[in-house]
Amino acid sequence: MSLLLEPAEQQIKDEKIYREMGLTDDEFALVEKILGRLPNYTELGLFSVMWSEHCSYKNSKPLLKKFPVTGEQVLQGPGEGAGIVDIGDGQAVAFKIESHNHPSAIEPYQGAATGVGGIIRDVFSMGARPIAILNSLRFGELDSPRVRYLFEQVVAGIAGYGNCIGIPTVGGEVQFDRSYDGNPLVNAMCVGLINHDEIQKGQAKGVGNTVMYVGAKTGRDGIHGATFASEELTEDSDEKRPAVQVGDPFMEKLLLEACLELIKSDALIGIQDMGAAGLTSSSAEMASKAGSGIEMNLDLVPQRETGMSAYEMMLSESQERMLIVIEKGREEEIQALFHKYDLDAVAVGKVTDDKRLRLLHQGEVVADVPVDALAEDAPVYHKPSQEPAYFREFQALENTEPKVENLEETLHALLKQPTIASKEWVYDQYDYQVRTNTVVTPGSDAAVLRIRGTEKALAMKTDCNSRYLYLDPETGGKIAVAEAARNIVCSGGQPLAITDCLNFGSPDKPEIFWQMEKAVDGMSEACRTLNAPVIGGNVSLYNETNGTAVYPTPVVGMVGLIEKLDYITTQSFKQAGDFVYLIGETKTEFGGSELQKLTEGKISGKAPELDLAVEQERQQGLLKSIREGLVQSAHDLAEGGLAVALAESAFKTSLGVTAETTGSAVTELFSETQSRFLISVKPEHAEAFEQLTGGRKIGEVTAQPIFRIVHNGEKVIDQPVDKFEESWRGAIPCLLS
Amino acid sequence: MMKVKVHVTLRESVLDPQGTAVKNSLHAMNYQEVQDVRIGKYLELLIEPSDRPVEDVVKEMCEKLLANTVIENYEFEVEEAVTQ
Amino acid sequence: MKFAVIVFPGSNCDIDMYHAIKDELKEEVEYVWHDAENLDQFDGILLPGGFSYGDYLRSGSIARFSKVMNEVVKAAEAGKPVLGVCNGFQILLESGLLPGAMLRNQGLKFICRPVELEVVNNETMFTKAYQPNERITVPVAHGEGNYFCDEKTLQQLETNGQIVFRYAGENPNGSLSDIAGITNERGNVLGMMPHPERAVDELLGSADGLKLFQSIVKHWRDSHVVTA
Repeated sequence: MSLLLEPAEQQIKDEKIYREMGLTDDEFALVEKILGRLPNYTELGLFSVMWSEHCSYKNSKPLLKKFPVTGEQVLQGPGEGAGIVDIGDGQAVAFKIESHNHPSAIEPYQGAATGVGGIIRDVFSMGARPIAILNSLRFGELDSPRVRYLFEQVVAGIAGYGNCIGIPTVGGEVQFDRSYDGNPLVNAMCVGLINHDEIQKGQAKGVGNTVMYVGAKTGRDGIHGATFASEELTEDSDEKRPAVQVGDPFMEKLLLEACLELIKSDALIGIQDMGAAGLTSSSAEMASKAGSGIEMNLDLVPQRETGMSAYEMMLSESQERMLIVIEKGREEEIQALFHKYDLDAVAVGKVTDDKRLRLLHQGEVVADVPVDALAEDAPVYHKPSQEPAYFREFQALENTEPKVENLEETLHALLKQPTIASKEWVYDQYDYQVRTNTVVTPGSDAAVLRIRGTEKALAMKTDCNSRYLYLDPETGGKIAVAEAARNIVCSGGQPLAITDCLNFGSPDKPEIFWQMEKAVDGMSEACRTLNAPVIGGNVSLYNETNGTAVYPTPVVGMVGLIEKLDYITTQSFKQAGDFVYLIGETKTEFGGSELQKLTEGKISGKAPELDLAVEQERQQGLLKSIREGLVQSAHDLAEGGLAVALAESAFKTSLGVTAETTGSAVTELFSETQSRFLISVKPEHAEAFEQLTGGRKIGEVTAQPIFRIVHNGEKVIDQPVDKFEESWRGAIPCLLS
Repeated sequence: MMKVKVHVTLRESVLDPQGTAVKNSLHAMNYQEVQDVRIGKYLELLIEPSDRPVEDVVKEMCEKLLANTVIENYEFEVEEAVTQ
Repeated sequence: MKFAVIVFPGSNCDIDMYHAIKDELKEEVEYVWHDAENLDQFDGILLPGGFSYGDYLRSGSIARFSKVMNEVVKAAEAGKPVLGVCNGFQILLESGLLPGAMLRNQGLKFICRPVELEVVNNETMFTKAYQPNERITVPVAHGEGNYFCDEKTLQQLETNGQIVFRYAGENPNGSLSDIAGITNERGNVLGMMPHPERAVDELLGSADGLKLFQSIVKHWRDSHVVTA
């Protein structure tokens, strides 16, 4: 019996055992004060997980308050399983992104798989039908065998879970940089569709109502996952392997279908996923949000292993479980509903009015704590912030052009950079079509899904160029939001809202906290200007390996509404003879660029500038011209600049392109100046398009599949498109073989 | 209670790409002595004996469900008396 | 004509199949749960893709023991069209309605992409609307689509014209003789790895699969007009 091994109250205090669980001396003293006595081992466990950064946001709360979270489209802001925005006709879209970085670093397949499983549960616990999954992934450089292993296993884990449960994995991004060598980032986003009248909340209302446990049985897996996720990775992390959960997508498919049937029942009062901190967070949060309490008898919890203690059951992170509150007396009909899907639904407790979480185990009260103390009253820290020295040095640098010998070879080399190269190797493993709504499949700017039975579609994308954020977190934060919006607009959509996943190093370091602060400032400003409020998200801190932090990576997941199927636009050229336009002027901006990394092996200098008013004006001009039917293809200029964008627009077509540039070739072709778009337009629409967007004609789509750049009257790049496409397509398979 | 250990392997005539991948990987790690790798499944059954001989029951289960005899072979061993 | 889409726990292309029939083919269709005991009211049986029972032992191996499979066998014996796609194909193989077995993809990875198929036999009830040797584009999405059978079976398949679809371009999974889809000897049970129900709408990339469903309906109408 593991109960016998649990230390007694006084021993916990004397030997400072709470430190092993991630609580500080001050936090322990606070727990003692709240309870008016010493906590027992189980109670200490409850506090330690609920007060971890992952559950309490104790280090990031003051920053998260800065985000704009309202807007007329917002039906549900941060605080529930997922945020929800209105898309008209009584329909709405629910979405959220979440990290599973630390589990994925230790056991990449299961870490990534359960990350996907968790975010899907967040969405269907709102009552929404999950319709798409996206992933934002960051790895170290592929020259390391360990990184290749992590990359392959993470992709396999995402595929394994998403394909089996039958929700299409439609997009996202993968980027590679040394800073993620030991600490990959695995962020999963799920998008769901819901009718306004079916929106559910995770609340335990109505004294006497029944608390039911549904789904998979509880085992010892993932105990202390939430605190684990809030610690730095060290050499010892491999030792923590048991903390990683194992996913069962088949079970989750059954749970998903059962829960979506459940939400149509008027017996349901509240529902919440048992995610991080499992039974503890779901019960405490549901009670706290409703201003009630919960009493549970742990003997009734379905258990997969024998001899589990109260501590183990409360902290287990076994997957595919939900906690529901239903009207008292209707347990049987709920059990029958779940039974149809071969699932257990067990009454484990009831709603009380004393605002306490009371747990019984083997005839004894094993925990009795105020729910608000767990869910709301975690200490909030205002960490010291300090501008890092590197930032000042970088800001003092002039913008210069990297040295380039041969433009053609440089374009080939850029197309082979894993961050730019085709991700076909990745998305070929994902079933991106199941449920047959995916109109724009992975590989274009944003994924597009039609909404069956309507003329509408949704565009979705994740984005974050962390190199810009490292050089200048405020500007980089703005760019992350703006770039996601650019992708949505290029697909024909109006940005609705964002969800974010703030991946940073240790907030205990003032320089890291400064990065967080500035990034949030930049993102908030961009969200306000582009009218895309933050409706939820997740914070992942302590992304460090042996003291070195990852680049600041606040991933932005955005969803946009395409009002008519006719507006759906892709990045590929459509027809020979179409005019090619560039919207936006080009400056010499190579700080954090792919070309800088390629030629210098590291990044330095200033991030590209961004004027949000200009950004908004151009996006709206482009969207208007798409809606007026003037645009054949649209692509934003991102990593690798104009030359890469031109090549990508020609790939996967049988067409070629000729473009003319003047000025400095390196800047014109490879600079990463922001707020630029590459558009192709039928000649008869040229005038109308120019008036709406101020775009400048730079070339034409050609029938001959040749990629040609004429600079200052001279052919500087002139090769079959195929040649470039080979470089682009073959790069990642080549690095992995 | 009896414990039955069932091994299911691919028939020799059937290509085993997983096994080949593992072999290549072992070779890459310089284990040149590895000549071949075949990957199979291992199942453990706990069986309460009935009036039918355990061997017959297990054979039937293998034929019906545990192995697909178009592509797989199976073998099993029965261990006596597992006390719970 | 009335179709049944059989739903096993873990099926996930049931909705695709359902909407292909209802929205594009515009015929009657119903979902039928795996414990159904009677399929008499249906004229065509569709086994959709997915991961029935998690595909945890072998793909399709557990689903074949569902109650409804007895009825599917009866329907097949009665000569009704039975179509199994992807996991549905795997279930048909496991149940013995079709010969052979499925191995993991040669590349060991799940593959989702549009592939080119050749209609090898356009004289079946599933393919009459296609031209001889027509090339069509239909997506695949599977991890175990590497069809295998012994030499004797392969010869029989060839002699009897049971190989209906072959991969025409690149073979995505290493299947024997580039096999993408086969029928039983009688020609009323078709199993195929590519997803025709995902290729019924140009908006999503291809409508080449629609003719397969149209063939079934035409065959049914023709035979029922004669007997009526």
